[in-house]
Amino acid sequence: MPLADLTQHGAHVMTVCNACRYCEQYCPVFPAMEELRTFGKADLAYLANLCHNCGECLYACQYAPPHEFGINVPKTLAQIRVQSYQDYAWPRALGVAFTQRNLLTGIALAATFSAILALTARTLSPIDHTADFYAVVSHNVMVGLFGGVFLFAVAAMSVGVIRFLHDVRQNAQHSDWGLTRGQTRGQTPVLFRDILTLRHLHASGVDCVSAEEHRAPWRRWLHHCTFYGFLLCFASTTVAAIYDNVFGWRAPYGYASLPVILGTIGGTGLLVGSLGLWNLRRRRDRALTDETHDGLDESFLALLCLTTLTGLALLVFRHEPVMPWLLVVHLGTVLALFVTLPYGKFVHGLYRAAALWIAR
Amino acid sequence: MTAAREYDVVVVGGGNAALCAALTAREAGASVVVLERAPREFRGGNSRHTRNLRCAHDAPTAVLTGSYSEDEFYADLLRVNANETDESLARLLICRSKTCTEWMSKYGVRFQSALRGTLHLSRTNLFFLGGGKALMNAYYAAAERMGIDVLYDAEVVSIDVRECSVRLSASAKATAGPRRSASREGWQPDNSRGVRLQPDLRGKALILASGGFESNLAWLKEAWGDAADNFIVRGTPYNTGAPLRALLDAGAQPIGDSRACHAIAVDARAPKFDGGIVTRLDCIPLGIVLNQLGERFADEGEDLWPKRYASWGTLVARQPEQIAYCLVDAKAANLFMPSVFPPIVANTIPELAVQLGLSADRVGDTVTRFNDAVRPGAFNLEVLDDCHTRGLTPEKSHWAQRLDAPPYWGYPLRPGITFTYLGLRVDETMRVMRTDGAPMQNVYAAGEIMSGNVLRRGYIAGIGMTIGTVFGRIAGESATRAAR
Repeated sequence: MPLADLTQHGAHVMTVCNACRYCEQYCPVFPAMEELRTFGKADLAYLANLCHNCGECLYACQYAPPHEFGINVPKTLAQIRVQSYQDYAWPRALGVAFTQRNLLTGIALAATFSAILALTARTLSPIDHTADFYAVVSHNVMVGLFGGVFLFAVAAMSVGVIRFLHDVRQNAQHSDWGLTRGQTRGQTPVLFRDILTLRHLHASGVDCVSAEEHRAPWRRWLHHCTFYGFLLCFASTTVAAIYDNVFGWRAPYGYASLPVILGTIGGTGLLVGSLGLWNLRRRRDRALTDETHDGLDESFLALLCLTTLTGLALLVFRHEPVMPWLLVVHLGTVLALFVTLPYGKFVHGLYRAAALWIAR
Repeated sequence: MTAAREYDVVVVGGGNAALCAALTAREAGASVVVLERAPREFRGGNSRHTRNLRCAHDAPTAVLTGSYSEDEFYADLLRVNANETDESLARLLICRSKTCTEWMSKYGVRFQSALRGTLHLSRTNLFFLGGGKALMNAYYAAAERMGIDVLYDAEVVSIDVRECSVRLSASAKATAGPRRSASREGWQPDNSRGVRLQPDLRGKALILASGGFESNLAWLKEAWGDAADNFIVRGTPYNTGAPLRALLDAGAQPIGDSRACHAIAVDARAPKFDGGIVTRLDCIPLGIVLNQLGERFADEGEDLWPKRYASWGTLVARQPEQIAYCLVDAKAANLFMPSVFPPIVANTIPELAVQLGLSADRVGDTVTRFNDAVRPGAFNLEVLDDCHTRGLTPEKSHWAQRLDAPPYWGYPLRPGITFTYLGLRVDETMRVMRTDGAPMQNVYAAGEIMSGNVLRRGYIAGIGMTIGTVFGRIAGESATRAAR
C-alpha cells in the first residue's frame, strides 16, 4: 500500500475504533487513541508501536472484513509499524535499503563479513589446541571492529528513538490530547515492569491469540526466551571483555567460568526462542499479520539463530582444527546482526518502550 | 425423501438468546442444533453489536460497582415503559439476572473491569470485554466444544409447530472448523463431499430465538408506511422476522405493537444495515436539532442524554422525509464521543444551512430566535443544569447555550432502528401461547422475539441482553424437560 494510502487507511480504522471503543480494555492502544480526535502520521506511528499484535481486537470487531468498513486493527497497525521503522531509521537510506529482501540481505551480509574476516585472518590453520582466538583475529582488530559497529548501532538507534519521541510529542502539542497528558505520570516502575514482562501481550488477563478463541502463552514465553537469552549473551560478552581488559585474563575461559555459563544459558534461550517464534508465526492466523513484516522477522530470527548456533559450536569445538573457520563465521554473523540491528526487527522493542513511555 | 434429522432441541436463531438456550439444553443432556440464518462471518444477530447486560446484584463485584436491587431494577423498567409490563415475567427476569455473571463466565465470556470506560453504567451493567462479538465467539466456541451442531446460512423456510420441525433452504452449511468434534448421531456435516444437505429438521422441542423483524423493510412499511423507506437498520440484515411471522400465522398470540421499537438518531450517512454503534450521534443535548423546514421540533435538553438517547429515533421518524439536522458550535466540539462521519463544517450559520441543503433564511431565523431565548446559566453536562431557553416552542430545558462560536458543525440524522418489540406471548417457562390462551406443545421462545412481554415502549440500556440470557436459559431448561 502506498504511504499516503496507508496513513489514510490508518486514520479511517482509528476513526471507526474511536467511535466504537468496545476494545478499550484490551490494551493501551485504545485508551491512547481515545485522547485523539484526528489521526496524523505521527499519531498512527505512536499507536502502532503500542500494539503488540495480540490479535484479540480483530476477532472482537463487529466491523472486521467482510464488513464494508473492513477494520483489521492488528494488521493495519503492523503495516504502519514497519513503515515507522523505515521512517525513523538513521541514516534513512540504509533503513530503506534494509527493508527490501531482508532475509537475503542478512544472510549475505553475514557471509560477506565472514569472508572478509577469513581473508584477513592471521591464520586459518590450527597451530595448536589452545583455542587462542586472537591467533586467528588479532585482539586489536576484534576490539576495533566490534567496538565500532556496536557504537554505530547504538548511535543509529538512539537517533531513531529520539526522532520518534520528538515527532509524536510535537504532534501532541497541536491537538487537544496534550492537555490531558501527564495526569498519570510518575509510574515509571510500572512502565518498566510492563516492558520487561510483556504485560500487554496478555493485557486482558489471558494470553494472546493465534486464531479466533485460541489463546496460548507460547508467544510470550518464547519472546522471553529470546529477549533474556539475548541479554545473557550480551552479559557473557561484557564479562569476558572485563576479564580481558581489566584483569588481563585471556580467553578461552573454562566451561565453569562465568562468560561460558552465561553464554550457554543465553544461547540456549535464544535458540529455543527464535526457532519457536519462527514456528509460531507460521502457524498464526494470516489475517493478523502483514506480509511486509515477514522479512523483518525472518532475517532477525535467522541472524539470532545463526549467531547462537555458531557461538555454541565454537564453544564445543574450540580445541578442534575447525576452530578458525567457526570463529570467522561466528564473528561475521555477529557483525551482520549488529549492523542490521537499527534497521531490522530489533528496533520494535525500542519504539514500543518509547511509545509506552509516552502513554504512561 | 429421507427421514428428517431429529434432535431433542432445535434452536432457530444464532444470537445471544439462541446460544444461551442451546448451551443450557446441551448441558442438561439434550442433543441440540442451532440454525443461524447468517453466514459464519456475520453470526450472532444483533448481539454482535451489543456491549453490556443489565444485572441486579446485592454487593460490589470485580465487574460491577455498588449494588442494584431487584426493586430498583424493576422501578427503572416500569418508568421507561409507562408502568406497562408483564410483572411476573419482569420479576423473573430481574431475579435471574443475578446469576448471569457466573453462568456467562463458565462459557468463557470475559468482562471489563468496572473501573474504566463503562459510560457511567458500571453499577447497573456488566460490560463484555471486547463487546458482543467477543461474547458470541466465546459461546460458539463453547457450543463446538460441547458438541452442539451449528448450521450457518440456515434460512428457515417453514415451521411446523405441531411436529416441531423446520424446513431449511438448501443453502445451510454445517460448522466447518478444525476443532469440530467428531460427528455424532444426528446431523452429518457432509457438504464438503458435495452431498446435498437434508433440508428438514425435527426436534422434540423447538426454541424460537430468531430476533425481530427490523431488517424486513416490507414489514416495517406495513407498520410505518412510506416513512420506513428512510429508516436505517443499525443491526444485522438477517432479522427478517420469518420465524415470527410463521408462528403468528400458526396461531401464536402476538404481544406488543408493530410500531414499538428501539430506535435512535443515527448519522444519515450510515450504511443501510449493520452500521452498529459507530453511527450514533451524542451531540443532540449540546446543540439544536432542526427538521427539513429549518425548525426545531423537540426539546434537545429534556433529560440526561442516556435517558433520552432512545427517543430520538421516533422523533426524527415523525418529521418530513424522516430527516433532521443537529447543529453545534465550537464550544461543543470536544464534549461528545466522536462519530465515524466527519461533521459538515462552516464558518457562519447560513453557510452551514446551505451546505446541509436547508434554507439559509429559515435556519438563520431559527438560530437567532433560539440564541435570543437562551437564559444565562452555569453549563454542566453532568447534571440537569440551569441553562435553558424562555419563550420558545418547544423550549430547550437544559444545556441551552447560544450558537455563536464558529466553526459551526452540522450532522444529518435519520431514524436508526435497533430492534422491534412485536413478538410472541410466552408464559414463565417460555412456552409460546396461542391466541386461545393455551400454550403450544413443546414450542418455546426467547430473546428479542418475545421481548414485548417485558418491553412495551421504552428501553433501558443492556436489558435486551438480559432478556436473551435469562429467558434463553429458561427456554433451554424447559425445552430439555419437554424433550424427555
